[in-house]
Amino acid sequence: MPDELEPAAKQGPGVRLNKLERHWEPAASLAALRLRARLLTRARDFFAARDVLEVETPILGASTATDPHIESLRTSVGGSTRFLQTSPELFMKRLLAAGSGPIYQITKVFREGEIGARHNPEFTLLEWYRPGLDHHGLMDEVDKFLQALLGCAESARDTYEEVFGRWVGADPHRAGASELQSRAEALGLRAVSSSGFSREDWLHLLMAEAIEPHLGLERPHFVYDFPLELKALARIRKGEGGKPDVAERFEVFLHGVELANGYHELTDGSEQRERFLADLESRRTLGRAEVPLDERMIAALERGLPPCAGVALGFDRLVMIAANAPSIRSVLSFSFDPP
Amino acid sequence: MYSTNQFRSGLKVTLDNDPCVITEAEFVKPGKGQAFTRVKLRNLKTNRVLERTFKSGETIEAADIVETAMQYLYKDGEYWHFMDPKSYEQYQAPAESVGDAALWLKEEAECLVTLHNNIVIQVTPPMFVELEVVEAEPGIRGDTAGTGGKTAKLETGAVVRVPLFVEVGEKLKLDTRTGEYVGRVK
Repeated sequence: MPDELEPAAKQGPGVRLNKLERHWEPAASLAALRLRARLLTRARDFFAARDVLEVETPILGASTATDPHIESLRTSVGGSTRFLQTSPELFMKRLLAAGSGPIYQITKVFREGEIGARHNPEFTLLEWYRPGLDHHGLMDEVDKFLQALLGCAESARDTYEEVFGRWVGADPHRAGASELQSRAEALGLRAVSSSGFSREDWLHLLMAEAIEPHLGLERPHFVYDFPLELKALARIRKGEGGKPDVAERFEVFLHGVELANGYHELTDGSEQRERFLADLESRRTLGRAEVPLDERMIAALERGLPPCAGVALGFDRLVMIAANAPSIRSVLSFSFDPP
Repeated sequence: MYSTNQFRSGLKVTLDNDPCVITEAEFVKPGKGQAFTRVKLRNLKTNRVLERTFKSGETIEAADIVETAMQYLYKDGEYWHFMDPKSYEQYQAPAESVGDAALWLKEEAECLVTLHNNIVIQVTPPMFVELEVVEAEPGIRGDTAGTGGKTAKLETGAVVRVPLFVEVGEKLKLDTRTGEYVGRVK
């Protein structure tokens, strides 16, 4: 890749000082921060050339994501509860309903408890929406975006069913939890849970552990048309001729890292309400914190969200890949500090 | 009890009733979906390395592991006996818990004993020990350079490779990690 850092550039001036004396220093090298700035400029140039409008939406929202596996941080402003947004999606869909046309945003988002080599509790998300495109059309654009920013080759594309068949040897739409469990065990995966693993849990585990490490080693790899349980906010497409129904969702992987997640967006307000309510029900079952329903976003869908596709891309991970960095810390000016 | 967000390398936990130490813990999470913690552990009884993936929020029992310097006292037909020199408390261990340490321990030797729930699961001999040769081919006079070699049996029963000049009755210094001869003790 053209922007890969010279190993020597990763060393700051204070290399001979011990760890305690260096605790004030940035997590990333200055070379990594310069690379990050170049990539941000290229991203903005990419959208400017395509007439996609840059927008900003609030980080503090009265509502937040209902996804049972995403936890929001909450705070209080003037005595009322506000949530640090886990994604700008809810606000951006309201802009789309108001007739904004194609929009993008580069913003900080926040997720409780997500700390690891590829996770920081606050991170930078690039999210964009394209009225008139479906998930295939948007995959084409994401592909061009990655080529423009990273200089990588044209992508490979497979359905979720194809990658599952290849690396797990099971049908992800039809296999039951026990079949997925025996496939996982045959692959040497040993899962521990007192509450048990649902079919959905097995799908996530197998994707993360048995499939992801193979994806995008040389060029971006798109996986699309997901099983229904993983629909999130994607449209459902009815299967024809005995084929299963699928969620029109995609993810893109590069160097074994999940980089972006996109949907052919659900635009039906009443179905949106049902999915939010189902999420809230799952949150109760799983003992997660209660979150309010975003009535304004549902109202926007009822008013009319144009048919569109949207995608969220982890910008820090993109910088990680460009810098060939081992962990997200290496590309953050200051990473999340444990106390 | 530890929750997955407390998992760190070095943490001692109980897995399938055996004491283990976590050697690696990695947070794994799909953008939308269940979070996991991928863990590598070493079973402290067998030293075998295990891999497990925990659903986030799962808990695991802590393992009560204590490492104490003890004195090896004696061996009877079945058990090896050790004593904590501070509390004078005595502990016994079967041969499988003592393992290879048995090759290097003579009575009154200091060693490191690992206790799990107050039961001996591992014995670590000192890095270097001094032991007497009880059997060896006769020494070859003049071969002080130590070229070539032969085997010698030590008072603990260990058989080691030594230089040709070593004789029965001599005391040798040995590295217990490799079983190698270090030198003669005057």
